[in-house]
Amino acid sequence: MRGRPVSADPLVAALCAVLGRDRVRDDAAERALLAHDASVFAGGAAGPVCFPTSTEEVRAVVRIAASHGSAVVPRGAGTGLAGGAIPLGRPVVVVTTKMNRILEVDRDDRIAWVEPGVVNLDLTKHLRPLGFHFAPDPSSQQACTIGGNVANNSGGPHCLAYGVTSQHVLALDVVLPDGEVVRLGGLDAEPPGYDLRGAFIGGEGTLGIATRIAVRITKNPPAVRTLLLAFDSIEEAATVVGRVVAAGIVPAAMEVMDRGITVAVENFVHAGYPVDAGAVLLVEVDGPEAGTALDAERIAEIGRAGGATSVRTAAGEEERALLWRGRKTAFGAVAQIAPSYYLHDTVVPRAALPQVLRAVYEIAERHGLMVVNVFHAGDGNLHPLLLFDPREPGTLARVHAAGREIVEVSLAAGGVLSGEHGVGVEKRDYMPLQFSDVDLDHQNRLRRAFDPACRANPGKVLPSGHSCADIQSLERLPAGVWA
Amino acid sequence: MTAPAPDGALVRFAREVGATGPVAVEGGRTRWDTGGDPAAGTRLLRAPAGIVEHRPEEMTVRVRAGTAVDELHDELAATGQRTALPRRGGTVGGALAVGENDVCVLGRGRVRDAVLQVRYVSADGVVVTGGGPTVKNVTGYDLPRLLVGSLGTLGLLAEAILRTNPVPAVSRWFRAEGAVPFKAFDALFRPSAVLWNGCTTWVELEGHAADVEAERRALVAATAVAGGWSECDAGPVLPPYRWSLRPSELRRLHEAAPGGPGAAGGAGGPGEAGEAGGHGASIGEPSGLGELVASIGVGTVFSSRPAPPRPPSPALAALAARVKHEFDPGGRLNPGRSVDPAGSVSPR
Repeated sequence: MRGRPVSADPLVAALCAVLGRDRVRDDAAERALLAHDASVFAGGAAGPVCFPTSTEEVRAVVRIAASHGSAVVPRGAGTGLAGGAIPLGRPVVVVTTKMNRILEVDRDDRIAWVEPGVVNLDLTKHLRPLGFHFAPDPSSQQACTIGGNVANNSGGPHCLAYGVTSQHVLALDVVLPDGEVVRLGGLDAEPPGYDLRGAFIGGEGTLGIATRIAVRITKNPPAVRTLLLAFDSIEEAATVVGRVVAAGIVPAAMEVMDRGITVAVENFVHAGYPVDAGAVLLVEVDGPEAGTALDAERIAEIGRAGGATSVRTAAGEEERALLWRGRKTAFGAVAQIAPSYYLHDTVVPRAALPQVLRAVYEIAERHGLMVVNVFHAGDGNLHPLLLFDPREPGTLARVHAAGREIVEVSLAAGGVLSGEHGVGVEKRDYMPLQFSDVDLDHQNRLRRAFDPACRANPGKVLPSGHSCADIQSLERLPAGVWA
Repeated sequence: MTAPAPDGALVRFAREVGATGPVAVEGGRTRWDTGGDPAAGTRLLRAPAGIVEHRPEEMTVRVRAGTAVDELHDELAATGQRTALPRRGGTVGGALAVGENDVCVLGRGRVRDAVLQVRYVSADGVVVTGGGPTVKNVTGYDLPRLLVGSLGTLGLLAEAILRTNPVPAVSRWFRAEGAVPFKAFDALFRPSAVLWNGCTTWVELEGHAADVEAERRALVAATAVAGGWSECDAGPVLPPYRWSLRPSELRRLHEAAPGGPGAAGGAGGPGEAGEAGGHGASIGEPSGLGELVASIGVGTVFSSRPAPPRPPSPALAALAARVKHEFDPGGRLNPGRSVDPAGSVSPR
């Protein structure tokens, strides 16, 4: 890197003065690479890409960006599905992947201090031998970072019983958009003041950059039971999910996969999923031994009464891992069916699942699209995957139209726009479907308090009429064109 | 397709709040002194009351802020459910505005984790909705968490949707003299409470009967106390003030207790405030706590003495002030009351 010339761009030169030339990338290839995230949205335009390694360096980068009138977009692994990390308007991109140390594990306080670039699964692998784990487990947990989990308030299958990221973060050191550093929350029982920790989590990088995060560590359960129930129809599976909860059982996870995705998964991992079933329900209960066994038995009974054609209980850890590998690789398995997919993320009341699922299939059929469903049924968190070939003329418009109808059907059933992927650019313009002008104005007030100058990840979360003046400064918005 | 419009009761409440003049809401006055009294001349209102909709199969309840917490718990109990709100009198709105957790928070969950949606009346007298009705939701900024514990200084709570949970099949309290409470806590998978007053330890175990019994046996084996563990009806009577400590700080309390392992040397020491500016978290000398009941694994200490002030760092104070200014630019909501008063305590 020594041979790299000093940039003539004063912003880049100032960044290099702090981070060194090897941790500031401004070449077209690097900027193009980070113009995208894992969503299907067309890329934005990245400015200089920075790789800080400490709170002080993040602070310096943020201050330099501010003094040059540049926005800042934080980025972890880039696995987000709502376009939250897509840089708009050539902002400075702050990549946290070099801040990837587990700083401290304190079993008395039941916390771990981590840097934002620590990979979710790496943290749990570190904690397991100590008898603990980090509860949020998004499907992308092998790649996604804790900082990204904080930004999106991420979930995962096991948040049914354990809750999403906000329930597992006690404190954060945050570099605010003006370069000030604050600690939000605390390790004590009830930190005083406004819950700005809670307000920050799920802010999608629009409220600042977390540089140190104290996460709660959760004791590993003494017993786990994993069941796979097969049904003739997805409506039956969804109905049983509601009945399990109504019976006073809160499993650790309840995941449904329809026939289309089950067949694809079985071809992929050979877990013994029943490929002739209309849908399968994967249920996991954990906790002390006796209650776990009892709950598993009751769930099997409720399942059979609800039409389950088979109930399989994982015989051991190996079989359990295999069943979960099927669920967690479901999105990858879709590649066997179609070259591209668009994954939606709405939530509806559990009781509305059968009717909304029916509507999802009808919508896809009407638009001439194939859809498969694999989702967190216990939370009512739908994940319809609209499958398509982007080379086929006219497909993209149909995917757009079908997606919007799925959102509308979910909201009409008493649901919400996003259960765990966040708003990003994907659902920013849908926000007025869920919130009134007054509601959005109040969300914007929170954002303004953190970021009065609108420098943090502009163009995300709030639609243009409701966010501070950020939109006007952008060179262009994502076209909503599918990759 | 936005959330259903506020009903008549909420609209009337918003009209009462209006857009001018200092205003506050009174509930059961069980925590009235928290954050200081409202300034003289503040108009006091009551929030609308009533349980709007309990959906046991969704594990949610929509309840108006003026509803008594006891009434809510009675309604939920009829279907075998409960919420995280501490059952000690007062109203739902008051409990949310103060945000204190139940003494058995390990079993019942934290109050702020239970709030799915809030409806509040803003400083300019309109009803605002934050959050959503479903048990999982990350749509937009988390206004419900911001409102919990805000003492009515950002908006006046009118209605909330709360997450409910099944009441466990069995709940049993046990007590023992001279047990090391940390050994009890470490031996148990998921106790609902482990409380310690300097000599006696109380434990609440909940769940399926066989699991509770197995946990009880684990408790006995891990602590090996001379007099053994006896079952009791309830936990201890709690002293009136709350101190917020780190769970690990309670070990120092234990070491400093009469007869404790470090009694001669005393304890105390620095808190966790790191390089970033947060609240000064050092609580000072444990000996200042007086009569106490400590919640092991949580960090709350119920004390006969008020906790010392914990002023926020200048940067955090500035951020909090900007939040307050954005939501209540004229300072008309609960004037005189602050989430960062001289201390973080409130008489119980």
